[in-house]
Amino acid sequence: MNDANLYLPYLMRIENITDEAPGVKTFRLTFQNPEEGEKFDFKSGQFGEYSVFGEGESTFCIASSPTRKGYIECTFRQAGRVTNALSNLEIGDTIGFRGPYGNIFPIEDWKGKNLLFIAGGIALPPMRCLIWNCLDLRDWFKDVSIIYGAKTVADLVYKHELDEWSKRPDVKLITTVDPGGETPDWKGDIGFVPTVLDKVAPSSKDTIAIVCGPPIMIKFTFPVLTKLGFGPDVVYTTLENRMKCGIGKCGRCNVGKYFVCKDGPVFTFSLLKELPPEY
Amino acid sequence: MDDLRKKAKELLETKQVSVVIGYGNGTGDRVRAIFVQTPADTDKLLFDDRCLQNLTVYLSKSEVRKIGKPAVVVTLPGMRTILQLASEKQVMENDVVVLGISPTGTLLDLPNFKAISDYVASSNLDYTDAEMQKLDEILKLSLDERFQFWNEELSRCIKCYACRQACSLCYCSRCTVECNQPQWIAVPSHDLGDFEWHVMRAMHLAGRCINCGDCARACPLDIPINLINQLLAQEIFQDFGLRSGTSPEADYALSTFRPDDKEDFIR
Amino acid sequence: MDTNKKLLKSQSLKDLLGKLTQSGKTVYAPKKVREQVDFQSITSPEELAQDYVQTVQSPKSAVFPRVEELFRFRNGPEGVKLSERDMSALPEIVLFGARPCDAAGLQPLRAIFTWDYQDALFKSRMEKVTIISLACQTSDEYCFCTSVGLGPGDPTGSDILLTKLPNGDYLAEIITDKGKSLTDSMPELFLPAPADAKPAALADVQVKFNHEELSKKLASLFDRTDLWVGQSLRCLGCGACAFVCPACACFDVQDEGTTHDGVRLRCWDSCGCSLFTLHTSGHNPREVQSQRWRQRVMHKFSYMPERLNVFGCVGCGRCSRACPVDMDIKEHLTAVMEVKA
Repeated sequence: MNDANLYLPYLMRIENITDEAPGVKTFRLTFQNPEEGEKFDFKSGQFGEYSVFGEGESTFCIASSPTRKGYIECTFRQAGRVTNALSNLEIGDTIGFRGPYGNIFPIEDWKGKNLLFIAGGIALPPMRCLIWNCLDLRDWFKDVSIIYGAKTVADLVYKHELDEWSKRPDVKLITTVDPGGETPDWKGDIGFVPTVLDKVAPSSKDTIAIVCGPPIMIKFTFPVLTKLGFGPDVVYTTLENRMKCGIGKCGRCNVGKYFVCKDGPVFTFSLLKELPPEY
Repeated sequence: MDDLRKKAKELLETKQVSVVIGYGNGTGDRVRAIFVQTPADTDKLLFDDRCLQNLTVYLSKSEVRKIGKPAVVVTLPGMRTILQLASEKQVMENDVVVLGISPTGTLLDLPNFKAISDYVASSNLDYTDAEMQKLDEILKLSLDERFQFWNEELSRCIKCYACRQACSLCYCSRCTVECNQPQWIAVPSHDLGDFEWHVMRAMHLAGRCINCGDCARACPLDIPINLINQLLAQEIFQDFGLRSGTSPEADYALSTFRPDDKEDFIR
Repeated sequence: MDTNKKLLKSQSLKDLLGKLTQSGKTVYAPKKVREQVDFQSITSPEELAQDYVQTVQSPKSAVFPRVEELFRFRNGPEGVKLSERDMSALPEIVLFGARPCDAAGLQPLRAIFTWDYQDALFKSRMEKVTIISLACQTSDEYCFCTSVGLGPGDPTGSDILLTKLPNGDYLAEIITDKGKSLTDSMPELFLPAPADAKPAALADVQVKFNHEELSKKLASLFDRTDLWVGQSLRCLGCGACAFVCPACACFDVQDEGTTHDGVRLRCWDSCGCSLFTLHTSGHNPREVQSQRWRQRVMHKFSYMPERLNVFGCVGCGRCSRACPVDMDIKEHLTAVMEVKA
């Protein structure tokens, strides 16, 4: 069904809805056509175009790991027309999905290295896919550290998984909230993510860093990483831009000569530095 | 023309304005809007009967505003625009220097809104014979024939929004057609989308349009959309006795109630 | 004898058009519309426009319509069902009287729609189109095809190229197999061409700049804000230039109907519009018009040649003619070449 017409989505059933944070939900989706579900494969970093028929499409990363078969997940914040329509849907409803699109995190190249994941707020979803992907292949990597922060305790997403990760002996997890965002029983750190990163000062030796967050967080995190000795070739991030087709045709998401939907969404910092300030 | 250049030069030399928005030579025998920022460049300014574009449209463009206080070369429609924008609180008296040009090409002395209002009051705002002829051609059609005419004309529209962008009174930072919760007006340029767009725009301009004709001139497909605005303006004048762009304090005809409003349509 | 060159006698032009319009194919040709000339479907040879330099719009809507259905959706008792158009049922189209720049203009469109992912909607439409171009004997001050590597008699993109001979007949050059099957089907109209057939003089379009050098130069000019602001102060940010351009393919996707019964459409869009890149969050990577003007120039003359090996411009000049405020791209590009590095 999807070979000929690039714009025809898979039909997906909403299996489960999790309320992550105010205005933020995770959908677990299964393919209505099981054959399509069997054939479907993707890699960490890739995204899809999720439709509410009659309202439009919205772009989210695939937030579940490719190592987990039979379903995909997406996490979104209520912001505009499509995400508002999505948030009104119920388990059993049908949405559309086109994908997987975009480039991937080259995890094969990271074998034998330490991994440092740094994420902020609603930007944990693209990372979550990658983190589970790497944890499902745990013996490929040496040390795995995660620094994740949000504005307030309520804004932390994937609370259930943060709990799981914190309990694993093979993962070092540091969660933080912005000053003023803590609750009386908060046991994690308090401070902006770049500040906490500076304090923790992980070693850059043989380490790959993956950073996802709002532009302001990235802006202050990268200098800290540089200070710690991370070269721009070993720091990865994902970009977002306004998208419609997701396949490099409609001309909307380009940043200079690159398309975020095709040359991204995964970018190393060395490529990021080459991009004109148009994102 | 010499008076205009001299005045423009003086305004720039004394730093009363940072930019003079006027007309200059374009491709072939076209004229185009130019943005003169140095006294020497005022020689590029010209004025003749090719100068029809309503330059007040640039008063709301962010990169023009960034340059600083402007002076703008205007003819009667442009002067009416300034008054209309003033009545809508978009332009204050000290925001702009108005370089008005009379129909005979002389530079007018319009130091404030009162001077502009007086000049507009002394001008003939009725439609010209040529304009009336074009309107009559449509008015003599039956309603069905008119609907068919407009359906045909408007279905040629490609929704490029040149009409909207050229209009000095379409200054909304988020146009109705750009709202998607809900999508009031269909975006694609199919027949319905075209019709909805133009009817909606005409309604949003009813009582505000100052008849510069830029919308029709801007349209790459020569669709005479200004006729709709002209007819609506005529109806409003007949019903309310109000014309747009005549005072910096006028009330908007469609949102003002006066006890002495005509009520002969209420039976 | 060059079998790829045929003779179409001047009185046969009418017969050719007559045969095409009666053949069940749609003939899309320049026609007088009010005071302008534009591509429309014609049903008789008399409707073909004469004496014009260029049409207002390009013929790209034959392969990339203004509004196109992507699919229909229905949510009924058996759930959601999607249905597509049968693209094989589209009529065959003969694009007659396109200028060489128009025919060449389909190449950047093809590059966009078939790089990596193959856009089946575009490809089905391309397959249905046969292009019979007419070489140019006149041009105006907006034409600049020779500055982008093309010319008034260039065969790129045409299936058959007709060039007028001094006696009023046409030399018909068969460029592709599609063109050949058309000429073969009408041997009484497409006669063997005399060996010494010399076309009448083609339009003299002066070269204003070298497009390869322009491309190289642009790569270093991204940060020259003054240049882009200066050129675009009068730009109104409408979509006229993009919509009349044969090589512009940016589009929007819109759902219409209700969640139970509706359609997903794609329609033309323009990078010159302020909302093109606006994020739902309110952040706009190209907030001001100079950034959008820069994008138009860089995309067509720098990014596309680099990524897709094709220029996004064929020098037809339509953008400049249609522009309400006289943004003359030929003039702007010439100015770019004169900027000190």
